[in-house]
Amino acid sequence: MTLSIPNTTGYLTEHCGDDAFATLKGYTARGGYSAARKALRSKPAELLELVERSGLQSRGGMGLPTGAKWRCMPSERDGPSYLVCNAGESEPGSFKDRLLLERAPHKLIEGILIAAKATGAEKTFLYIRGEYFRAARAMERAIEEARSAGYLGKGRLRRRFAHDIVITRGAGAYICSEETALLESLEGKRGEPRNRLPLPGGLHAFGRPTTVNDVETLCHLPHIVEHGVDWFRSFGTEQSPGTTLFGVSGHVVQPGLYELPLGTPLDEIVFEYARGIPHGRRVKGVIPGGLSMAILPAGQLNVPMANESLRERKAMLGAGGLIVMDETTCMVRVACIISGFFRHESCGRCTQCREGAGWLHKLVQRLERGTGTRKDIAILEDVARKMEGQAICGFADSAAWSIQGLLRHFRDDFDAHVRQRQCPFAGSFEL
Amino acid sequence: MILGDAIRAEIDELATRYPERRGALLPALHLVEREHGHISPDATRELADLFGLRPNEVLAVVSFYEMFGTEPRGRHRAGVCTNLPCSLRGARTLLAQLELHLGVRAGETTDDGRLTLGREECLGACAAAPMMRVDEVDHEHLDFEKASAILDGLE
Ligand SMILES: Cc1cc2nc3c(=O)[nH]c(=O)nc-3n(C[C@H](O)[C@H](O)[C@H](O)COP(=O)(O)O)c2cc1C
Ligand code: SF4
Ligand code: FES
Repeated sequence: MTLSIPNTTGYLTEHCGDDAFATLKGYTARGGYSAARKALRSKPAELLELVERSGLQSRGGMGLPTGAKWRCMPSERDGPSYLVCNAGESEPGSFKDRLLLERAPHKLIEGILIAAKATGAEKTFLYIRGEYFRAARAMERAIEEARSAGYLGKGRLRRRFAHDIVITRGAGAYICSEETALLESLEGKRGEPRNRLPLPGGLHAFGRPTTVNDVETLCHLPHIVEHGVDWFRSFGTEQSPGTTLFGVSGHVVQPGLYELPLGTPLDEIVFEYARGIPHGRRVKGVIPGGLSMAILPAGQLNVPMANESLRERKAMLGAGGLIVMDETTCMVRVACIISGFFRHESCGRCTQCREGAGWLHKLVQRLERGTGTRKDIAILEDVARKMEGQAICGFADSAAWSIQGLLRHFRDDFDAHVRQRQCPFAGSFEL
Repeated sequence: MILGDAIRAEIDELATRYPERRGALLPALHLVEREHGHISPDATRELADLFGLRPNEVLAVVSFYEMFGTEPRGRHRAGVCTNLPCSLRGARTLLAQLELHLGVRAGETTDDGRLTLGREECLGACAAAPMMRVDEVDHEHLDFEKASAILDGLE
């Protein structure tokens, strides 16, 4: 049984339901690699400008402009530089990169070729999370095919641009999807995030200038090169152009992956595309961006799914994973799972993250069991506040914000546990 | 020597793909883990030699990653995802049922050494929850009947 076919398609996932699309023959028969050929005839500066004008925002979670990120590569170089493709996808509720890796591996290779040409990278390291066995096999097969057809390695495009891709598999650590932790892991070390900017001029793998891009970000590139900026900007919003892949999970009739324009209202995704809440129940809250983003309550679901709108509600698009919870859901149990995840996955480098995540989990567990007090809720708020803005990477902020979001919108659930000395939500999912 | 010639040759080949030899350490650990089921102290020492590292440095890497272990485990490994999207659809109830069925708690191995049961963080199959990974394969849309039949069918 495989989770392989998107529920709605757009340019990114068109043909993804078709097994042949994962093969070189099937991919080229549907127009594949023509954008790469075009890009390899272009100058890097032209490609950079094209992507900058397209307004493509990175799809790995931060929503930064991809063109601006590429410009961080130093213009003068005295040796090799690299592209790293982040396929570390581990954000709970997010599973978009997986579909692209498994079902459209040649599209990713084409995107990699375009980004590598634009940034002058001579080699790409594709870092795939260790648990994605099937994705790694699909990419291995596709890379082999692309080599024998001369798109990679030595071959037909070699005179203009020789490029190759090396797959490195992660080994089970959420934090390795954060780019600096990923680079450490790629170098064969513990996957602990680096202090910001140890060397001038952006990121480095093996001490050489490096660009890191998400799988989905790279998969947009062939389409932008092929159809141009105006076409790309005809999807999505002014500030957030293009489509994206929304993963919908939890309490919906039809969970799945939906490719839709950025800016599609959250409630439309949940109620129209995913066909609403089962058993005639009402929605209680939705986490719009994957587990480590703040939750939105039922009254705020008309928000367009684009960073400019979500930010106004202290939420973020993140990796586009929508986790939907119905009215039976105990939000203290949700907090328990979320804090447990952060405790488990903190890499432990920063005291406030390591200790804070442990504290959050302990306090929430106590509240969930009905042995917590009002003071515990106040301490919980205090611990979350002290985790914000201090740590080496964004993980501690995420932990704080997700717990703060639950307290902001579902304070009543926490209070009720203290008042009644037990969980008042008998019908909630089990812990 | 616990690492055979074939694996050593494979590690040497992997090392040529990286600008620094150490880039091949994670791939090498995957190879050893797959062949031996865990990374033993002997394997750690030999890997350290192959990479010009101290055994402690290799151990520090091994201990960081969930997929590498220093102790032998069951012949098969099953992990039920218990992150939020799966839990909303009954994953924790399923895990409790499987624990009862197998007579082990999550993290333990059955007495016959056949199976280690565990929990996983999100494995990117949230729309097919609940789900579990058995060795290299994901099983999706599970209930107790399906999941226990899959586990009972393992050699
Ligand atoms: C805690 C944390 C988790 C992250 N997880 C992912 C991830 O799963 N996939 C991803 O591409 N980027 C992730 N990122 C963002 C990466 O650090 C990086 O910005 C991104 O891979 C760059 O690619 P992009 O510009 O194409 O988005 C994460 C960042 C943080 C702080
Ligand atoms: S914030 Fe947490 S995960 Fe990030 S470096 Fe610090 S300890 Fe590690
Ligand atoms: S939460 Fe279980 S696969 Fe994502």
